[in-house]
Amino acid sequence: MTLNSLMSLAADLASGKVRVVDLSQTLSPEFPQIVLPPELGQCWPFRIEEISRYDERGPAWYWNNFSCGEHTGTHFDAPIHWVSGRDLPHNATDTLPVRDLIGSACVIDCSREASADPDFLLTVEHVKRWEAVHGRIPARAWVLMRTDWSKRSDPVAFQNYDETGQHTPGPAAEAVRFLIDERDVIGFGSEAIGTDAGQGYHLRPPYPCHTYMHGAGRYGLQCLANLDQLPPTGAVIVCAPLKIKNGSGSPIRALALVPG
Amino acid sequence: MVRARKAASKPRSSGSFRDYRDVVVTAPVTVPYVRHSIRGAHWFVARALSRLLEESGLEKPDVDGLSVGSFTLAPDTAIGLTQHLGVTLRWLDHIPLGGACGIVALRRALAAVQGGDAEVVACIGADTNHVDSFRQSLGSFSVFARDAVFPYGSGGPNASFAFLTAYYMRTYGATREDFGKLCIAQRDNALAYPHALFKKQLSMEQYLEARLISDPIRLFDCVMPCAGAEGFLVMSRRRAEALGLPYAIVRSTCERHNAFPEDPIQIRGGWVLDRDHLYGAAGVEPGDIDFVETYDDYPVMSVIQIEDLGFCAKGEGAEFIRRHSFTTDGSFPLNTSGGQLSVGQAGCAAGFLGLVESIRQLTGRNLARAVPHARFGLAVGFGMITYDRGLCSGAAVLGRADA
Amino acid sequence: MTAPLARPRRKNPVLRTPQPLLPPWARSRAALGLTAAAALGRFELQVCERCAAVQYPPREACHRCLCDALVWREQSGAGALLATTIVHHSHDLYFRERVPWRLGLVQLDAGPTVLAHLVAGCAPAPSRVWIGARLDKSGQGVLLAFPTEEVPNMADDRELREMSCDPKYRKVLVTDGKTRVGQATVRALIDAGADLVWVGYAEPWKKFPGFAELEALPQATLVPLDVTDSRSVKEVAAEIGGKVDILVNTAEMHRAHGIASRSGVDVARSEMDVNYFGLLRLAQEFGPVMRSRGADGPASATAWVNVLSIYALTNYPPQGTFSASKAAAFSLSQCLRAEMRAGGVRVINVFPGPLDDEWNQSVPPPKLSPEALAKSIVKALQDGVEDAYPGDVAQEWLARFRESPKTLERELSAAGG
Repeated sequence: MTLNSLMSLAADLASGKVRVVDLSQTLSPEFPQIVLPPELGQCWPFRIEEISRYDERGPAWYWNNFSCGEHTGTHFDAPIHWVSGRDLPHNATDTLPVRDLIGSACVIDCSREASADPDFLLTVEHVKRWEAVHGRIPARAWVLMRTDWSKRSDPVAFQNYDETGQHTPGPAAEAVRFLIDERDVIGFGSEAIGTDAGQGYHLRPPYPCHTYMHGAGRYGLQCLANLDQLPPTGAVIVCAPLKIKNGSGSPIRALALVPG
Repeated sequence: MVRARKAASKPRSSGSFRDYRDVVVTAPVTVPYVRHSIRGAHWFVARALSRLLEESGLEKPDVDGLSVGSFTLAPDTAIGLTQHLGVTLRWLDHIPLGGACGIVALRRALAAVQGGDAEVVACIGADTNHVDSFRQSLGSFSVFARDAVFPYGSGGPNASFAFLTAYYMRTYGATREDFGKLCIAQRDNALAYPHALFKKQLSMEQYLEARLISDPIRLFDCVMPCAGAEGFLVMSRRRAEALGLPYAIVRSTCERHNAFPEDPIQIRGGWVLDRDHLYGAAGVEPGDIDFVETYDDYPVMSVIQIEDLGFCAKGEGAEFIRRHSFTTDGSFPLNTSGGQLSVGQAGCAAGFLGLVESIRQLTGRNLARAVPHARFGLAVGFGMITYDRGLCSGAAVLGRADA
Repeated sequence: MTAPLARPRRKNPVLRTPQPLLPPWARSRAALGLTAAAALGRFELQVCERCAAVQYPPREACHRCLCDALVWREQSGAGALLATTIVHHSHDLYFRERVPWRLGLVQLDAGPTVLAHLVAGCAPAPSRVWIGARLDKSGQGVLLAFPTEEVPNMADDRELREMSCDPKYRKVLVTDGKTRVGQATVRALIDAGADLVWVGYAEPWKKFPGFAELEALPQATLVPLDVTDSRSVKEVAAEIGGKVDILVNTAEMHRAHGIASRSGVDVARSEMDVNYFGLLRLAQEFGPVMRSRGADGPASATAWVNVLSIYALTNYPPQGTFSASKAAAFSLSQCLRAEMRAGGVRVINVFPGPLDDEWNQSVPPPKLSPEALAKSIVKALQDGVEDAYPGDVAQEWLARFRESPKTLERELSAAGG
């Protein structure tokens, strides 16, 4: 049965009956990365240096060295990333169970609310309203918060800073608790630079998505794109971080399989 | 020169100087000058030596002393010439002293023959000139020039002599016409000299309106670098007579280096310190001199030499110029073959030009016009502007053999 | 009387850009002492310690008493102008294309006679002048005769402008305009007559204080530039590199850590990435084109200014990794200087003491204000010096360093303990 469905899947992919949607932003030096207060350690932005380009440094080949942080660009957060998940077993990118990295996705559309209010918080009511239309969120599913934030191609708009800090949408603390305790989700995904709202520091607890999710051994996805191409339910996403020893996360090529 | 002629043998003053009575100069030769040559300096030295042998009837092995003044022999010095030209010598000297080469070579050679270190010394000044020789030589002339002159763009001594000319004109009231008069007279003298590179008369208008080089110095105040050689032999009087060679007597010489270092600008040269000895030892006075071959790298230097060698007081040069005429038939024959301003400056050969012409005038073997009744001549050496002034000064009073 | 410099006309793009030529560069070792002093804007000559005779040209032994204890001492430069000339013909290629060129012969009151470039406005000889030293286009020390009276537009004198790196009518890139230093520098350059100042800034999504005011300046153009991003540097250089006459590298990452006070290398690495590699990236992308424009008319490429730190000379342990990154930049700037020499483009290093900025909050005064630093940058350009040490702390540390680097090291290690 499983072999047949896998072979069917392969055939469907080849024929276009199943489409692959790219959920990742392009890694480039211009892509914004998260910035912490200056006294703290910083995540490296993406940087790339040519080794050779069919020239005297290497006549027949082109290749580069690149550098970035584990949390640069479209990336995956492992539980070890947060203090609340530091002691859990299998909490790093090299030890977490790989079966968690492919799963179904529920896409909750908050694009209208987020465009009206960059500080929009996804609440429990919002989730329940969505379930009323699309059905209960299954266990071990990913919940992806669609805000169309990825369409903000201007880095200034994407970061959306003012004197009080960053203003990007995210989940309310109660909503995160609900998704874990009541729905047993595998992780939360966002189009913005963090899974938590830009003003998440001021929620209680601060950064509730990181705090609760990682504290429960669950995962996070950030800087996702093209969520508007996914059906509210039924997509299967692949989001595998690099197998970094003791890694807290890594940039990923996030993909979704959707009906063609 | 028009003046009362004194008894020629005024008693020579005694003192610590050489008596050149028994050594003489002979066989004046010139290797014709050319603007540019593809030959090396060695070629010019060889041609000069050949001519000296022709002129004197000697064979190469007879020459046992060699003095060479040259800037373009590098990387050779005179020693390289011995093997190059196949000469075996008892005495050798390399004198890179530019316009003072001739006088200094003369003094060294006279002393060598007098002292018995050599019997026949060939004194040669020779330099080649390639298209970029002058420019190349500027960069490596001296440490002080490299550090304190060339960075300022003048390229050579033009600026230093422009300063001096301007200073002299302002201080003593000399005009450009005064300097022009000297240049024009010298050009007249040169017209009769077959080796002069300048063959056309020079008018005052041409002189005054010539291309500005470094204000107030214009084109005809400057020498033209070229390739060529000059030479003569030094030997004992007895040897010259045995060979039947016409010769001139050296009555006195002087040499001074870095005179008056405290002078802020070179308004006078070492001759001021040496002229009394020069004339005293020669047994003549300035009035007895029948022609003067100054070292004329710039006309202002000729004027300074005229003053410093006692022909008039310091600062009276302009007035002196206005009073006299300088062609070979004039009241003060000056640079009788044209001087380097009209003949050309063949490097160190220019330091020999005046001496060679003096020997010609005093032995009756003129190539240019003869100064009538010439008995005594004065040849002046000057040069090596390593910074802001010519460090070397020298002179020689020569006389006819029978004077 | 110097005519004020006319605003240069737009360059005709079909005409060949003249190749930069240099005046004669060779100097003896002794003569380089004059260059070393001119690099700091000083006129110094050797003075005999035994008999006090002043020497010129520079030499190995006293011209009066032969003693070899010759020390370089600052001179007043007062002197008498003996004569002047205007060179109309030169064998040197550099001067050949710049004649007529004024020269003067001056007897210093201190004794020696010197040949000097003659700045317009000096009264005709005989007159009083004063001699100063400047670096010429080849970066070597030369003497200039200046008039004793203030002369209007003296900086516009053709010969003097050739020695300086005056921002007037030039286009400047200030690599980081986000900081107070960067903004003060932009303003100071505009006040000094710069035609156009490109103002670089990284992380464009983070608006910085003063942004709007900068944007409002008519001569300023903001341009995204991140010196840690090779591609950013390359793109900006491709766009404006051919027009930059002066590059002032104000980009700096400054933290206040020694070795033990911060675990991990990421902060130090960041300091190196901006302060050292940033310079390297800029030099690779902007250097060659600036060098080729060293003789590109009256508004030619003329200078590269690095804002270093006095800590580049000697490590200040409380800011030990920052000091090391500035020392690395200093060393690299010497390499840059050698590479830019052929184009006649001067590399100027400014070594301020601690600035009055947030990361120096706990450093006791005196501290240098951004405005004072900006002024010193402009002055260094106008005077054409190579090394500037603005402010009291920088001056004092320099004096201590020159006297004994090891003693200064000990004095500073007391601060780091």
